[in-house]
Amino acid sequence: MTRQFATGAPPHVAPSATVGGVMRQVLYALVPGIAAHAWFFGPGIFVQILLATVFALALEALMLRLRGRPLRPFLGDCSAVVTAVLFALCIPPLAPWWVALTGMVFAIVIAKHLYGGLGSNVFNPAMVAYVAVLIGFPQEVTAWLPPTAIAAWTPDLGDAVYAILTGDLPRDLAWDAVSAATPLDTIRTAVASGQTLAEARNAPQFGDFGGLGWEWIANWYALGGFWLLWKRIISWHAPVAMIGTVLLLGTAAWLLDPGSNPMPLQHVFSGGLVLGAFFIATDPVSGCTSTRGRLVFGAGAGLLVLVIRRWGAYPDGVAFAVLLMNMAAPLIDRFTRPRIYGHD
Amino acid sequence: MTTHAFSPRDDARARLAEDRLYRFHGGLRLRHNKKVSCELPVASVPLPERLFVPLLQHAGPEARATVEPGQAVLRGESIGCFRHLGAGCLHAPTSGTVEAIVDHPASRASGRDGACIVLRPDGRDEWRPREPLVDWAAADPAELRRRIAGSGIVGLGGAVFPTGYKVDQASARGIHTVILNGSECEPWISCDEMLMREEPDAIVLGARILQRAVGAEQTLIAIEDQMGAVSEALQGAVDRSGADDIRVVKVTTIYPEGGEKQLIQVLTGLEVPSGGRPTDLGLLCQNVATATAVAQAVTEDKPLIERIVTVTGPGIARPRNLLARIGTPIADLVAFAGGYTPQAARLVLGGPMMGYPLASDANPVIKAANCILVLGAADLRAPQAELPCIRCGECARVCPAVLLPQELNRVIRASQWDEAAAFGLHDCIECGCCDLACPSHIPLVEWFRYGKSELRERAIERGRAEHARARFESRRARLERIQRERKQRMAEKKRALRDAQERKAKVAAAVARAREKQERKP
Repeated sequence: MTRQFATGAPPHVAPSATVGGVMRQVLYALVPGIAAHAWFFGPGIFVQILLATVFALALEALMLRLRGRPLRPFLGDCSAVVTAVLFALCIPPLAPWWVALTGMVFAIVIAKHLYGGLGSNVFNPAMVAYVAVLIGFPQEVTAWLPPTAIAAWTPDLGDAVYAILTGDLPRDLAWDAVSAATPLDTIRTAVASGQTLAEARNAPQFGDFGGLGWEWIANWYALGGFWLLWKRIISWHAPVAMIGTVLLLGTAAWLLDPGSNPMPLQHVFSGGLVLGAFFIATDPVSGCTSTRGRLVFGAGAGLLVLVIRRWGAYPDGVAFAVLLMNMAAPLIDRFTRPRIYGHD
Repeated sequence: MTTHAFSPRDDARARLAEDRLYRFHGGLRLRHNKKVSCELPVASVPLPERLFVPLLQHAGPEARATVEPGQAVLRGESIGCFRHLGAGCLHAPTSGTVEAIVDHPASRASGRDGACIVLRPDGRDEWRPREPLVDWAAADPAELRRRIAGSGIVGLGGAVFPTGYKVDQASARGIHTVILNGSECEPWISCDEMLMREEPDAIVLGARILQRAVGAEQTLIAIEDQMGAVSEALQGAVDRSGADDIRVVKVTTIYPEGGEKQLIQVLTGLEVPSGGRPTDLGLLCQNVATATAVAQAVTEDKPLIERIVTVTGPGIARPRNLLARIGTPIADLVAFAGGYTPQAARLVLGGPMMGYPLASDANPVIKAANCILVLGAADLRAPQAELPCIRCGECARVCPAVLLPQELNRVIRASQWDEAAAFGLHDCIECGCCDLACPSHIPLVEWFRYGKSELRERAIERGRAEHARARFESRRARLERIQRERKQRMAEKKRALRDAQERKAKVAAAVARAREKQERKP
């Protein structure tokens, strides 16, 4: 009397990791940064995240339907949500709703699905979206309110919803009256107008070593990044190389000419560097895949950030730097293949 | 840092003398699950009603049966012969009558049936005449090797490479160290651990015989650091044997440290060259159970007709290790281990990482059967949709061969075979680490197996094309030669003909002249 069994290919073990699990860990890791963001810039960020997520999921579903792919596994992988949240973190909290919509069209439709969907996109979708709206709507996408501590007016949730949905500020406030230059903007204008950085740093937007508020948000992003490192969701190579390069070259530049180059820590704790290093440069799909490649990728992105901040047309360069390195990633991978066991 | 000698062999020897351990790339820490089958001592499975001995026991062609249906055989008698790799043999697991040679489930990875010798035991279990070699220490090493080859011993760790052939090669190349592999790294399997606990003296004896058979200087027995009492048991056996050239080494438990290439890297820090063998480093690797089989073959003249099999998993009522004759149906082993539990959903021959599934328990125990694992549905990969690769690189991080599985996956799916070879497809050891690490649940090893078979096909195809081309060219050359010769012959004939005509003409002319002369005479 024999018994029959169903067969299946080895290994006969249930794998523990899932793409959805990885993406959800990334979302959890962003929670402290998001909370800090809301603390310093008001609750607008929550509205932006919600909007971007809804747009992203709707567009993802639409594109999956058009491409004839099953909805459930691909919506459940949460990759669109990660894209949406990262994008929302880059734009000003009161940016009008169509900024998020335009961004998500670029991210999900163009950068992701037109390139072949999950796993096939050459460029980081969130950064494509951010760069698209930054170039397309420079005014809306650079209109930051100063952090609450020094702000003339802080929107509550109702104000934020009103501003985002109508594009106007509530209670007849004027943008010019309430918005302020970001720390990196200030540095840029100061250097351009011949001021020294020491003078510029007296402006209220600056904190202990970075931008006021920004430095704390960066800290909380870093905390999330460390969590991802600890959970082995990301490897240390790209973030360490990226921040390390900025610190190293930033220090050299600062020592050579402290008048026109900010302190290296100022670089790290302003703008999107920490977010970019831990959450964007570690994007597996558009980044490098070998460990040495990731070091090169991170270092290249760090160098480009410095170059763009110093000589480029935009005050922050993280998004451009990452996109440029995305282009180079396949080439870097080609030249950083590890030596196979038993080969010379 | 000490300086090492230049040749890889001397380098390996020098590094072994340093007595330190190295790391290999990647690997996984897996839940061990071995204890459950180690609680009961090894027991012998009673002889079944019928034994089904597959003619195919390892890679390569089937053995040729040397018995006929109806023929009576004694235990240990040769019943089949291999025609390659040192002509190993297949032996009758017990005395009885050959009933038939038929196609039957044969525990093949492909799942296909294969020819089996069906043996009906007579219950007497009567041995053929035996010639034990008690004084092996004084025996000619060639004689030891001859006995090993004649006993049908294969690597019992799972690779089932004929030991006789391996030992001959090792002896011809000259090696300095025998490594006995007791680091049984796949979860659930505990047959080697139980053997080392219960029969350490046989293992040490086998080690000494192997060492003499290949002319090595020393033996290392590598075990996992998690194997509690094993180390003391083996050390005790080494001390009792009086050998001073056998060392027990504990290696860190991290899958797949028991793979031959990985174990060598752990012990020496050196890599077996791609496409090469451990003999390139002066090493011979054998499983501990193989050593026991060698000891029995030489000192008892007992061929390989039985082995220890771990019968375990959530699908088995009383997991344990069993000594079973080759050819015993798996159903008999399972019954002896208390039968199936309600969870039983998959039957695996081997471990969970590299073992292959069997469609029925009518399949017999073969020489390679180190473990019969019955898993529940909850232990298996959920039937979840495979997602595209997100290039997270986890597969590359865990790959012991330092490959880039994500790239291999891409090029194999695109049928870019030259690229696949360049990415080192041949160097994949199919350990399954990448599969387990992949968040997209891509069956990577399955793709790699397919890729390898495709590369093999292409190599054969290329060989065939090469052969055809050579044949075509030689044919053309032959035809040309024939043509040339024929032309030459024609030309010669023509010349001969012309010569003959000229001669005739000359003669005719001479005759005419003579006649003229005569006519002119008055």
